[in-house]
Amino acid sequence: MLEEKNRWEEKPVEVAFNSITKRFPPDILANNQVSFEVKKGTVHALLGENGAGKTTLMNILYGLLLPDEGEIIIRGKPTKISSPREAINLGIGMVHQHFKLIPTHTVSENIVLGLTSTPFFFPAEKAEFEIKSLSEKYGLKIDPRARVWQLSAGEKQKVEILKALYRRANILILDEPTSVLTPQEAEELFATLRAMKEEGKTCIFITHKLNEVKEIADVVTVMRKGKVVSTTLSSQVSLEELARMTVGKEVISVVPRKITSDKTILQLQEVSAMGDRDFPALLNISLTVRKGEIVGVAGIAGNGQKELAEVIVGLRPVTKGHIFLEDREITNLLPRDIASSGVAYIPEDRHLGLVGEMSVAENLLLRGYSQPPFSQGFWVDWEKAEAYSEKLISNYQISPPLSDIPVRILSGGNRQRVVIARELERKPKLVIASNPTAGLDVSGVEAIHKLLIKAQEEGAGILLISGDLDELLKLSNRIVIMFRGEIVGEKEKEHWTEEDRREIGLRMGGVKR
Amino acid sequence: MDRRKFTRFHIEVSVQPSLASVIFFSLLAIILAFACGGIIFLFYHISPWVGYQTFFQGALGSWYAFSETLKRTIPLLLVGEGLALAFRAQVLNIGAEGQILLGAVAATWVALFSGLPPFLLLPVMFLLGFLSGAGWALIPAFLKTRFAVNEVLSTLMLNYVASNLVLYLIGGPWKGKGVRGFTYTDTFPEAAWLKTMGITRVPYFTLLVGIVIAVGGYFFLKKSALGFELRVVGSSPETAKLLGINEEKIVFLAMLLSGGLSGFAGVGEVAGIHHLLRHPDHISLGYGYTAIIVAWLARANPLATILTSFLFGALLSGGDALRVSLGIPFQVVSVFNGLILFFLISTEHLSRYRIIWGDTKVVENYDS
Ligand SMILES: Nc1ncnc2c1ncn2[C@@H]1O[C@H](COP(=O)(O)OP(=O)(O)OP(=O)(O)O)[C@@H](O)[C@H]1O
Ligand SMILES: [Mg+2]
Repeated sequence: MLEEKNRWEEKPVEVAFNSITKRFPPDILANNQVSFEVKKGTVHALLGENGAGKTTLMNILYGLLLPDEGEIIIRGKPTKISSPREAINLGIGMVHQHFKLIPTHTVSENIVLGLTSTPFFFPAEKAEFEIKSLSEKYGLKIDPRARVWQLSAGEKQKVEILKALYRRANILILDEPTSVLTPQEAEELFATLRAMKEEGKTCIFITHKLNEVKEIADVVTVMRKGKVVSTTLSSQVSLEELARMTVGKEVISVVPRKITSDKTILQLQEVSAMGDRDFPALLNISLTVRKGEIVGVAGIAGNGQKELAEVIVGLRPVTKGHIFLEDREITNLLPRDIASSGVAYIPEDRHLGLVGEMSVAENLLLRGYSQPPFSQGFWVDWEKAEAYSEKLISNYQISPPLSDIPVRILSGGNRQRVVIARELERKPKLVIASNPTAGLDVSGVEAIHKLLIKAQEEGAGILLISGDLDELLKLSNRIVIMFRGEIVGEKEKEHWTEEDRREIGLRMGGVKR
Repeated sequence: MDRRKFTRFHIEVSVQPSLASVIFFSLLAIILAFACGGIIFLFYHISPWVGYQTFFQGALGSWYAFSETLKRTIPLLLVGEGLALAFRAQVLNIGAEGQILLGAVAATWVALFSGLPPFLLLPVMFLLGFLSGAGWALIPAFLKTRFAVNEVLSTLMLNYVASNLVLYLIGGPWKGKGVRGFTYTDTFPEAAWLKTMGITRVPYFTLLVGIVIAVGGYFFLKKSALGFELRVVGSSPETAKLLGINEEKIVFLAMLLSGGLSGFAGVGEVAGIHHLLRHPDHISLGYGYTAIIVAWLARANPLATILTSFLFGALLSGGDALRVSLGIPFQVVSVFNGLILFFLISTEHLSRYRIIWGDTKVVENYDS
């Protein structure tokens, strides 16, 4: 162990953060005297709660923001990076939390775009050969001629990584890369990272998943409230220690309650629907959710889960079959009517649930603005709304606790809390939750789980769609498995075992029993 | 060599452009537009200095100039605040010009042909004018919601239809009896004239309504449930759909308000200033288009249209002065408008930047 430590210490420093401080108006201290070193040829994990300042720090390294104080030292040289172009020239590449590709362009066009060396005509042709060889070398399988809009999230990420590698990045920043990936895709990503390490490239890897830190990172820096808590070799800390360091207190796990009622809340009878590309996305789905029950929907992303949620909340037409909420048929009703009959929806895409330009208070009011107590008709009582949002901000621990800032500037996790606070505060009968904890930190995940279980205790039926099998096993009373638009398996259990996990995992991949 | 060695400030992109920077950059745009406009004076062999002087004299130099500016402010304010509401909902109504004309046509019918008792004339003119402008705007709203026809195109096309309708009326069925070769209608009975302030040509009723609606529109957007829905639809249609906000209702509302206010402004023009229906170019004077810039410059904030419409009112009456005293064609003023719009759009992005003064630590640049 000591030997390992020595080996690490001997490596040259690639990037050093030296007392970086960054403030945002009005008075958010996003980075507070952040100092640590990243060694060459390592994978360096950055861990921390939502809003800890990880993305901010990386944006500083990538030249998107300038620090208020402190400096960045690259390969021993203090360096002022004031634009991404300069960062790229320094060999720094970044894959953002939200991808920045042009959907209608091809993969190779996206990769060469914006480079001065790119020829004016047929920019992509010349590059194709190099892109192919890069993608083979690092195990990033992708068709350079595919159009970006056709790609899944995992494939888009590969394009982003290729884009950085094509620009000769030696330092690659990945901001929560795995939150959009299936377990298999995550494995592929790790293989790529290992290949990069072999080449002496350095990788800074932001994540909320502790086991990933143990699996792929050599070193881990934990941040909390803008400060560095510690930087250690990841082999020398346990998962429990990491969890404690990120949240600063013990995390208490919750377990779901048994079902106490047989009353059916949601029933789907042989429901079919089309997907976005005129291809049947749902085939004869039959499904029930009872009062006080959490039904997990397992499956690899893109097997109809998104469409399933959409047909229930009324955003996608049902082409065949019936949907009932309690005794009332809600097939193809307007989203508003479905919502007001007691269906809450936590969409997968957070942009969908929020209006970025509007304030936190306004976003929290998106469901209730036209009803008492906030409105008696025409006017909205904004004083009441303000008080209400203050209450929700503190109950759901939304940070920073300011109700008048645009929701757009909140961190990803806090934006999710805004959606969840708004949806669950309505005391719904049925909750449709699509990947509600994607991108959340450990305590955020726990908090959301607790909220879902609280809703369950209060009698809501919950349909939990998640790409994270561990989450489903932790919360579900029953799990259905989706594959290519169909339900290919269903299991009900009080305690899930390792055996169940393996079986469900295989079924998700289409393996029949 | 590192060029950044001499920097005394750095620039940062902030998420929310501050009010100060919006104002700063808007003023900058106007100043830049004037600077470029100065070149036009040179083409007419007039010193820019004299040109500007005439311009400002004509816009604000005397009580008379001020009242002329106000006279032009009123229609711009009424139309501009309606457009501000529409733009907030992302409903791009470019057809205010035609909606103004429809209001004027309705008012003319009431004044000349309805046979209503005198005391009812003005109220019915304004009511029917509002409804006609709104009705005219509801056509594109219907096309948009039913058949997904882009409202920019449909509103724009309807402008030509409205203009031809007026031409037909004044040259045919409504052609005045005593006007001989000219094409306009008879003069309205005096009961259909709007009272003006003192000896000026500023009808105070429409001015008052404009100001009340600017304030009301501001509170409507900020505090009402419907205004809230309108803003949600405007800034995130997907979220609006998910929440089940009725987008069609908002499109109709936005068209109704902006079209109605344009029609109302049209009544104000014929009842307050012309007292008859005449060639469309002389009634609307391009107010419908200028008001687009008015709303834009106000960042679609109804309250701010009070300021911006006054600004453009001044610009137009200053342009009048240029035409009368220096013989520069009126179109030149349109060039100013265009330049202002051009610079506004180009500086729009800049207002998100914050310049931070101070001695930032300047370090050697990595030589690549
Ligand atoms: N442009 C901005 N303006 C104002 N505040 C900001 C801005 N960007 C980030 N913040 C605030 O700074 C803090 C740190 O945000 P940051 O995005 O760096 O967190 P994070 O650690 O990446 O969180 P997450 O895990 O949720 O992505 C948060 O409180 C956030 O609201
Ligand atoms: Mg982040």
